[in-house]
Amino acid sequence: MAKTIVQEFTKGLWSEIPPFRLVLGLCPTLALTKSVENGFGMGVALTFVLVCSNVLIAALRNVIPSKVRIACFIIVVATFVIIVELMMQAYTYSLYEKMGIFIPLIVVNCIPLGRAEAFASKNGIVRSAMDGLGMGIGYTLSLSTLAAFRELFGTGAITLYEKPIQIMGPSFEPFSFLVEAPGAFVALGLMLCVMNLLGKK
Amino acid sequence: MKEMIKMVVVLTILSVTSGGSLAFLREKTQDRIEKQQLKFVKGPAILAVLQNVGNDPTESYFKLNPGTKDERSFFVGMVDGKEKFVAFESSGKGFGGDIGLMIGVDLETDQIAGVGVTTHAETPGLGARAKTEKEFTDQFKGKPLTETFKIKNDGGQIDALSGATVTSRGVTEGVTQAGIVYKELKPQILDGLKTLKK
Repeated sequence: MAKTIVQEFTKGLWSEIPPFRLVLGLCPTLALTKSVENGFGMGVALTFVLVCSNVLIAALRNVIPSKVRIACFIIVVATFVIIVELMMQAYTYSLYEKMGIFIPLIVVNCIPLGRAEAFASKNGIVRSAMDGLGMGIGYTLSLSTLAAFRELFGTGAITLYEKPIQIMGPSFEPFSFLVEAPGAFVALGLMLCVMNLLGKK
Repeated sequence: MKEMIKMVVVLTILSVTSGGSLAFLREKTQDRIEKQQLKFVKGPAILAVLQNVGNDPTESYFKLNPGTKDERSFFVGMVDGKEKFVAFESSGKGFGGDIGLMIGVDLETDQIAGVGVTTHAETPGLGARAKTEKEFTDQFKGKPLTETFKIKNDGGQIDALSGATVTSRGVTEGVTQAGIVYKELKPQILDGLKTLKK
């Protein structure tokens, strides 16, 4: 049962990787994976919120009365989300415009609240930080992979620093269904399938 | 009872700290966010109404009445090293809410250099054409800003967008309003130009 600190970190990368294993946080997973840039940006934003809120909640876990814990968690998560929002507006405005409503929606995303309730409120600061970091990186990787798959086959190019890099040759016919909303479901389903096949012993 | 007091105290302290730190951060980032919005939201509109200028108007601007609700930014367009145009915002009542306008004016002749729609909530395909159809906003070009603008249905000089009378009326109102503001503030605008850092 007792896991080492390293294990707390690595579980978020594979065995409990959020969108594929826990199947949490699907709204941005489906909506923001049209391009690698968006997916990666969302992942980084969520990682920041997750690590900060996990650390703060772990530090306050003995002070917060259990009856109002959800309210307290939401205040903490919301505070960090607004910090991210302000920072993005100030430094990466074009990315902020593309992600739009999904940044404030991190508040009601299951992952930060779920980690706060299931992990940070019961564990120490270091462990919670590692848990948050692992989950965040796992989420970023999943979103980036899914986005890379959709963007590569949907448009034939990968966008980095707002510049599309053509990867497929000129004779490649873009499978544009993948960058449409229904394509997100199909791509996610395929990814889940691959994950399950790989995990099967 | 003791538990209840603890709940109230913890929640209060948490909310106050959260609110306080966010207010602090907002204060710190406000200027930068404003600059970013200038570049990405207002920038294109300013460049559209101030054509053929030699500088970047989003970089050279000044404010009048800062800190009050009458705060206004004036973006300066230079031609041959001389301040020739200013652009500023105005708004009129449209069909779906306020229509944000960017008005460019020639400081020497008081003629309109250009009118552009920035933000709006008009019906796509009808009122929203005010933003995309240059023929509509170009009607204002070259007319003195001090005029009162009306659409032809109301006995004025501007052809309304067909099917979007309310929007067109809103735009003419916004431009007229801008004229009133311009007349009132012109001495201050000329003063403000001197404070502009080169």
